[in-house]
Amino acid sequence: MAEVEEFVIEHPMECEAPNDQIKKERLFSNLKYLVLGVLFGIVFVKAEIISWFRIQEMFRLAAFHMYGVIGTAIVVGAISIFLIKKFNIKTIEGEKVAFHPKTFNKGQIFGGLIFGLGWAITGACPGPLFAQIGSGFLAVIITLLSAIAGTWVYGKFRDKLPH
Amino acid sequence: MLEIIRQPWPWYVAGVLIGLTVPALLLIGNKSFGVSSSLRHICAACMPSKIPFFSYDWKKEIWNLFFVGGILLGGLIAMQLLSNPEPIQIAESTKAQLSALGVKDFSGLMPNDIFGVDQIFTLKGLIFMVFGGFMVGFGTRYAGGCTSGHAIMGLSNLQLPSLIATISFMVGGFISTWILLPYIFKLIA
Repeated sequence: MAEVEEFVIEHPMECEAPNDQIKKERLFSNLKYLVLGVLFGIVFVKAEIISWFRIQEMFRLAAFHMYGVIGTAIVVGAISIFLIKKFNIKTIEGEKVAFHPKTFNKGQIFGGLIFGLGWAITGACPGPLFAQIGSGFLAVIITLLSAIAGTWVYGKFRDKLPH
Repeated sequence: MLEIIRQPWPWYVAGVLIGLTVPALLLIGNKSFGVSSSLRHICAACMPSKIPFFSYDWKKEIWNLFFVGGILLGGLIAMQLLSNPEPIQIAESTKAQLSALGVKDFSGLMPNDIFGVDQIFTLKGLIFMVFGGFMVGFGTRYAGGCTSGHAIMGLSNLQLPSLIATISFMVGGFISTWILLPYIFKLIA
């Protein structure tokens, strides 16, 4: 298949969730991501993924719940991506869907371990942090602010860390 | 119908819905699924401090902030309108182990004796919120993604680095649960 459309889109370096849409989006049209986020947040709460107890069960190998959620999500995601690639399904704006191959660096191990330590303590990865706050656990605002500070400190000392 | 929605949703329902977020984001706006970059965009927007890692046009990535804003709102809606009145059902073994460590409140999704507002200015708050949160933010950025960007989006796209990252998340979590937490609970007892 000949690829005619070659675009260079500027991204922040190493962004895992980049905006690959070529067509400019107005601020207002971002509301669709808000709606999707709302649905996502409802699932987080209703399936109790935001629960510190569910994360403890997962790391104590006492329940299948979280493994089932993450495993099913990966299978559904993988089938979707396979179909998008196979049938060259375009976005609603008619653009080719962009995928980004990831390259290995040691940060995935060191950073991954550090995140894992924090995940079991806070009972939250970044997504559930927002849902925990929304569902009324207001003290988690402190956790979120600290996570933002952690991200900032990483950015500040990035050059000095092994990658 | 509302009765069914109010019940805790089984893993296969949640798994399918979360998995569908991947093609939904790709097809409505060519966006790769990932939540932790929102933390970076907040840094870039509020305090870039001339750090190269935060010097980019964050407004171009603003979709991610709308998305996490939605997650927060979704949490609010689920808790206010769709919440399950019953206490959470936790595996007996986990409940016993956590009780032995000193957790007392098993009524809600989070133990209030650790994550209650009145714990913010205690040693508990310092460890569970401040240190824990710092590791989540620092670690996810260092790893280049979190459960969504690596474990779900990355593995769905069959990326080996994402598998390495996901295994590291899990190893870190097991170390934290089995080795670190007993020490932490002794410290705050």
